[in-house]
Amino acid sequence: MLTKRVIPCLDCHEGRVVKGVNFVDLVDAGDPVELAAFYDAEGADELVFLDITASHEERPSMLDVAARTSEEVFIPYTVGGGMRSAADIRAMLSAGADKISLNSAAVRDPELITHTSRIYGSQCIVVAIDARRVAGSVERWEVFINGGRINTGLDAVEWARRAADLGAGEVLLTSMDRDGTNEGFDLPLTRAVTREVTIPVIASGGAGELEHFAEVVIEADADAVLAASTLHFGRFRVRDIKAHMAGHGIPIRLVEVAEEARSPVTSEWRVR
Amino acid sequence: MSPATAPRIAIIDYRMGNLRSVQKGFEHAGVEGVTVTDSPAEASAADGIVLPGVGAFRDAAYNLRESGLWELVCERVAAGTPFLGICLGMQLLADVGLEDGEWEGLGIVGGRCERLPAGVKIPHIGWNTVSYPRTSPLFDGIDEQSTFYFVHSYHLMPSDPSVIIGSAEYGVTFAAAVQAGEAAFAVQFHPEKSSATGLHLLGNFGRIVKERA
Repeated sequence: MLTKRVIPCLDCHEGRVVKGVNFVDLVDAGDPVELAAFYDAEGADELVFLDITASHEERPSMLDVAARTSEEVFIPYTVGGGMRSAADIRAMLSAGADKISLNSAAVRDPELITHTSRIYGSQCIVVAIDARRVAGSVERWEVFINGGRINTGLDAVEWARRAADLGAGEVLLTSMDRDGTNEGFDLPLTRAVTREVTIPVIASGGAGELEHFAEVVIEADADAVLAASTLHFGRFRVRDIKAHMAGHGIPIRLVEVAEEARSPVTSEWRVR
Repeated sequence: MSPATAPRIAIIDYRMGNLRSVQKGFEHAGVEGVTVTDSPAEASAADGIVLPGVGAFRDAAYNLRESGLWELVCERVAAGTPFLGICLGMQLLADVGLEDGEWEGLGIVGGRCERLPAGVKIPHIGWNTVSYPRTSPLFDGIDEQSTFYFVHSYHLMPSDPSVIIGSAEYGVTFAAAVQAGEAAFAVQFHPEKSSATGLHLLGNFGRIVKERA
């Protein structure tokens, strides 16, 4: 039976994992590869590395992260941020990434999805969508790009369907309304997208309680759940999330993990 | 054991995806003497052969033929050299692949490579449980119903079901692992992406190579 996936997300800046709000007050959370190996041992099903600065200058450090990860970590991982061309994508896959996440570049150049999924297979092209509910509307969300700074006016559900039609293999769906709130995933948004596409959907943004992870799978049909700061800063462990989901009858890959585990997240948080 | 007698495993590079994680996976599993090569001569001298691969069936078959590795694989498998096909490296064992046309495969495991049935999300991505229709040394020490990481849209349908040593469910019951003869194995999932369980399987293959070297 295919299991639902729990995916830690590692936001990266200058080759380090960071946590911050709107790119300010970035808190150093450690070395991405060390953290990745820790999450593998903790039972994570996959990993996502996102270069939050998403600039061309940052790509050498992300290529280095991808290459080092392929030598130390034996679960699949996605790299996203700053890639704009087929050449960028090829370089990252050659470095060892299993999948590439495209966000702004996919909106600006949808042909990139088609082109690269034909060459490398749709399984390695993930389209990341940052969606925000249209003020006053009940069930309408718009797609934002450039780290949430530009409203494209695109309907998020329609864009998800189009991305799938163009060849995307998965959708990484982030609710900007819920991100960082700990109020839970945006269930109506997630449900609207999972109903519209036949490719897997990874729900992101808003998880704060264990209940939220089970809820988005059961009520909104998410195929995978993403979590970042709740994991890095010790609110839960991956196994807590998995045990909770399994307790709700959700098929999960359960692995034996150490009772005591020390996260390599830097104990003295540095504010940049 | 001296380097001259240590068993060697060749991972075949035929330009179908990154092989570093497969090589590193063997290393982490404690298997020594694993090299990546695109040379038929070098692969021919190895005690074990690994055929990984991600991508299209047609391109893979073409690259294997162009490089002379096609004959090498067929010869070594016929001679009883331990072999492990991974993902596309399993699908290529079919007589024929039906991805974007109809393409001749290696024919090491008779049968066809077909697309997963409609009605499920394709590609099949994620961790799926594997059950064992019969025992195989490849799964030694790995519990039945263990989960492995899959990423694929096509699957090998062996004409002789008795070769199936691992099966999984995704819209249909399909061959997740096969064994032909004593030492030719192939898996649809990615052991190098299946965490500790996958590394255990790579270790098993390393042991099989050692025993037969």
